Amino acid sequence: MKILVPIKRVSDPDNANKIKVAPGGAAIDAGGLEWKINPFDEYALETALRLTENGAQPKQREGEVVVVSFGPKEVEPILRSALATGASRAIRVEAEDSQLDGGVVAAALKTLVEAEKPDWVILGKQAVDGDSNQVGQMLAELLDAPMATFAATIKEEADGRLLVGREVDGGLHKVRLTGPGVITVDLRVVAPESVYSNKTDPSFKYQEGVRFAPLPAIMQAKKKPLDTKTLAELTDKTAAMNYTKFELPAGRKAGSKVASVAELVAKLTNEAKVL
Amino acid sequence: MQNVLILAELGEGKELKNATLSAIEFGYSCLATVGGSLDILVLGSDTKDAVATLKKHGAGKVIVVEDPAFAHYLAEEYAPTVASIASSYGLLVATATTFGKDLLPRVAARLGAAYATDVSGVVTDGGELSFRRPMFAGNAIGYTTLKTAQKVVTVRQSEVQAHEAGGGESSVETAQRVAPSGNARSRIEHVALETVQSERPDLGDAKIVVSGGRALKERFFEVLEPLANTLGAALGASRAAVDAGYCPGDFQVGQTGKIVAPTLYFAIGISGAIQHIAGMKNSKVIVAINKDPDAPIFQVADYGLVADLFTAVPELVTALKNR
Repeated sequence: MKILVPIKRVSDPDNANKIKVAPGGAAIDAGGLEWKINPFDEYALETALRLTENGAQPKQREGEVVVVSFGPKEVEPILRSALATGASRAIRVEAEDSQLDGGVVAAALKTLVEAEKPDWVILGKQAVDGDSNQVGQMLAELLDAPMATFAATIKEEADGRLLVGREVDGGLHKVRLTGPGVITVDLRVVAPESVYSNKTDPSFKYQEGVRFAPLPAIMQAKKKPLDTKTLAELTDKTAAMNYTKFELPAGRKAGSKVASVAELVAKLTNEAKVL
Repeated sequence: MQNVLILAELGEGKELKNATLSAIEFGYSCLATVGGSLDILVLGSDTKDAVATLKKHGAGKVIVVEDPAFAHYLAEEYAPTVASIASSYGLLVATATTFGKDLLPRVAARLGAAYATDVSGVVTDGGELSFRRPMFAGNAIGYTTLKTAQKVVTVRQSEVQAHEAGGGESSVETAQRVAPSGNARSRIEHVALETVQSERPDLGDAKIVVSGGRALKERFFEVLEPLANTLGAALGASRAAVDAGYCPGDFQVGQTGKIVAPTLYFAIGISGAIQHIAGMKNSKVIVAINKDPDAPIFQVADYGLVADLFTAVPELVTALKNR
């Protein structure tokens, strides 16, 4: 099985409250923040690794995981880190952030998928900077491929089809996909019993969360191939989303502390009048 | 061409979702800005009741495509029909539920349209629609124009009120399903929709929400259910509680989960991570119960109670019952 995992670097979401807006509101200033891999993309990578291994023998890769990221040279650390955790090859598509939006990235990925011919493309459901939630869906349409968004569970069946549980409002939507196809992942996909390749014993339980690369793997990752392509090689589409203004949200004032449950009920009833 | 098409959402091809009314309200606010007319599109396997409700919202017409193929939602099945009808409109709008967020980007790609998700408002910028949307877990608001002839957006339900019936009765027009061609539809199969049967209101629509965090541990339901039942409230959770597996994934309130704005929100054992606050800060009244007096949740709460939730919550249930 071959899986392509597009990953994005984002400004550290745990410190997103330190984001500033440049004077006049023309741009977002995340200058003080560290870059990290988008958490949902980290989960997509973990999902791809689980689908290309026997969970009991994670050092033996039963298939290929290729990671791709769009951006300047500064995105290479997240690609190297993905190589260290088990991806076999990386591709960086040289681009400035200002050249990119969901439509451009989907169009470029389409060309890349046609060249790489993966069985599956697995992505995070959204990147936590733009929160745009659209690349996977657009890519699936451009490829005329089936898709399962917001995946929480994935089981590879004996014939290679994937049974996917999607987190939807009010429940879990189960769909069966025949590849090649596109999957976007949600939070629960990295739970211990969420993802099984058909090589992993059904009684096997993963550790909660994503795996971390051991030191020797980090050293070896430096020798793994990291190719560069230009955006123009992949698409001539230009960004159609144009952010003209940014602002900070209105703050919410802290209220008061109450001393007891009785005081809380009294205030909710008489002061806030919401009970 | 600025005419607006609203895509209605039906549960299992039948029951109209309230969320649709926010998309209608947003559609009218776009018209108020740039003019034009508004129609509503409904796809389903049994649309009679939904159409009866939708035609009371003053739209030019309600376009109905009824077909057994729409009994279970699949984007691969719905997209060809939605795109075909939307192709003669300037703007396609749905609500940013998991239905809207799944389907509309796919339709947008089919139309060659740009798409903005989770839009919270609209203004004009040089005569063009500029869509306001929260980004960076709600820590910044961006305004974007969409530079394609057709535009597609989903609307954040908690930021746009439900449209109230009125404005005259719409005509009803039927249209034919556009059968999917190509590979996508034949490579996906609906297996099951496993819904949790609950007497409680939907998290997105509820007037009162009771949310719990990691502090509840395995006692999440044991502690919170009596409170939610007493108040007729929906249950929610922080990402940490979902991550830890104490409750289902669709309970998650936050920037990457559900965005809610109830009249009354209880944050119980929730520390108040940025991404959670982004999902509930528009609630009218916020109550926080947490044993850590320095928890960031108290900075957004109207009423904070520093207490052990395992004693405070049962006490609260008793107090509410004895009112």
